[in-house]
Amino acid sequence: MKYLDEYRDPVLARAILDEIHRITTRPWTLMEVCGGQTHTIVKQGIDEALPQGVRMIHGPGCPVCVTPLEQVDKALAIAARPDVIFTSYGDMLRVPGTSTDLLALKARGADVRIVYSPLDALKIAVDNPDREVVFFAVGFETTAPANAMAVAEAARRDIDNFSVLVSHVLVPPAMTALLDSPTNQVQGFLAAGHVCAVMGWTEYEPIASTYHVPIVVTGFEPLDLLEGILMAIRQLEAGRAEVENQYARAVKREGTPLAQRQIMEVFEIGDRTWRGVGPIPDSGYRLRAEYARFDAEQRFDVGTIHTLEHPACIAGAILTGAKVPLDCTAYGTLCTPQKPLGAPMVSSEGTCAAFYSAARGVDARKVSLR
Amino acid sequence: MCLGIPGKVIEVRDDAALLMGKVDFGGVRKEVCLAYTPEVRLGDYVIVHVGFAISRVDEEEALKTLEILEQMGGLVTTELETMGPGMDRPAVLSDDGSPATFGSASAPAGAATSAAGGPS
Repeated sequence: MKYLDEYRDPVLARAILDEIHRITTRPWTLMEVCGGQTHTIVKQGIDEALPQGVRMIHGPGCPVCVTPLEQVDKALAIAARPDVIFTSYGDMLRVPGTSTDLLALKARGADVRIVYSPLDALKIAVDNPDREVVFFAVGFETTAPANAMAVAEAARRDIDNFSVLVSHVLVPPAMTALLDSPTNQVQGFLAAGHVCAVMGWTEYEPIASTYHVPIVVTGFEPLDLLEGILMAIRQLEAGRAEVENQYARAVKREGTPLAQRQIMEVFEIGDRTWRGVGPIPDSGYRLRAEYARFDAEQRFDVGTIHTLEHPACIAGAILTGAKVPLDCTAYGTLCTPQKPLGAPMVSSEGTCAAFYSAARGVDARKVSLR
Repeated sequence: MCLGIPGKVIEVRDDAALLMGKVDFGGVRKEVCLAYTPEVRLGDYVIVHVGFAISRVDEEEALKTLEILEQMGGLVTTELETMGPGMDRPAVLSDDGSPATFGSASAPAGAATSAAGGPS
């Protein structure tokens, strides 16, 4: 496929890797923010091919993983209602709530449907005027333009049986929260290319200068990631801390202004709790008052929610890069993609799932119980 | 859901005041909202996320990135060539103890270098 295959060339990859080895004089710790990048890095073994001492910490950029348990439980409570058709991106279905998950609920008869685009959820609402159609609006800045458009279209076309359960998170506040942590080890970031395709990178400029940390807007193919790592190490070796753009074919400094305008028309910035991380001020979107009639949390009374995480799961430490999946006693034993305990094992963008699908340390975990 | 993919715009139309289109992802065709990238034309490539084009792929930049990467590949190849023969071959001494050169004196000057050239 055009614009994919060219960025997977093994000869070029070797050349960039050689250049990384040539210029690196000291150990450095980098974080790739996005789960999509983690997947490529782990699958291709890029982290293992880097010079000794250069470490990749896998960041919190997995929307499925950071959606707070409380919102998942609310989704489960709403989806269980007989008058509701609950729609969601596919990878939310197996995320464990406190007592069950959406897929299990569907198996028990709830009307839960996977949609590819939020506009598909809107179409389901139009086709089923006597049912309530709820869309689970989760994600980072990449899904926000789509989710905002669905709400704006519902308002424009007066589709009153449509509502959204919002759980939107933002990348820059999570980066500063990590940098503010007393245990932070990250010295440079590979920023999420597609988040920046929407938002541009002006938000990252004050972070780079305030924390003196290089930030390289990076794509998702193996060559993109290698070049992003090379650019970040070049900056670190030279003592520079700037925002650079590796992913110029898709990202401009100003981003996609029409998408930003639509987001800000429907949403406003508010506090959000990140699953496994905790509350981060001003780190997400919520619906503006003008669109409150499409807020599923106001439309449905879900009662009091008591959340409880599985005690063995260390998802929080995984998401902040404090631990890797191999540090977890449940990884590959109690917790597998078929039977996940925590969200990072569910999503293809989750670090645990990326490790598991690359079979890292899985053999050693195979325990015979006979 | 964070995985955006590039695809080629093969249809653009106005659907109840919303700019929609079809995008081809290497044979798989999907309905895509183009409202955020109204500048796209048929044949353009866009990055698509959950049914929305969030960015037009800049062909010039795409080629430039590849060019830079290829130059880097070229640099490495050139460097390997300038090292001449012998780097990855056993040292061969002639009978009188002086280092032997690959190719006899009568061979064309370029022969040794091209034989030892790195991956092209």
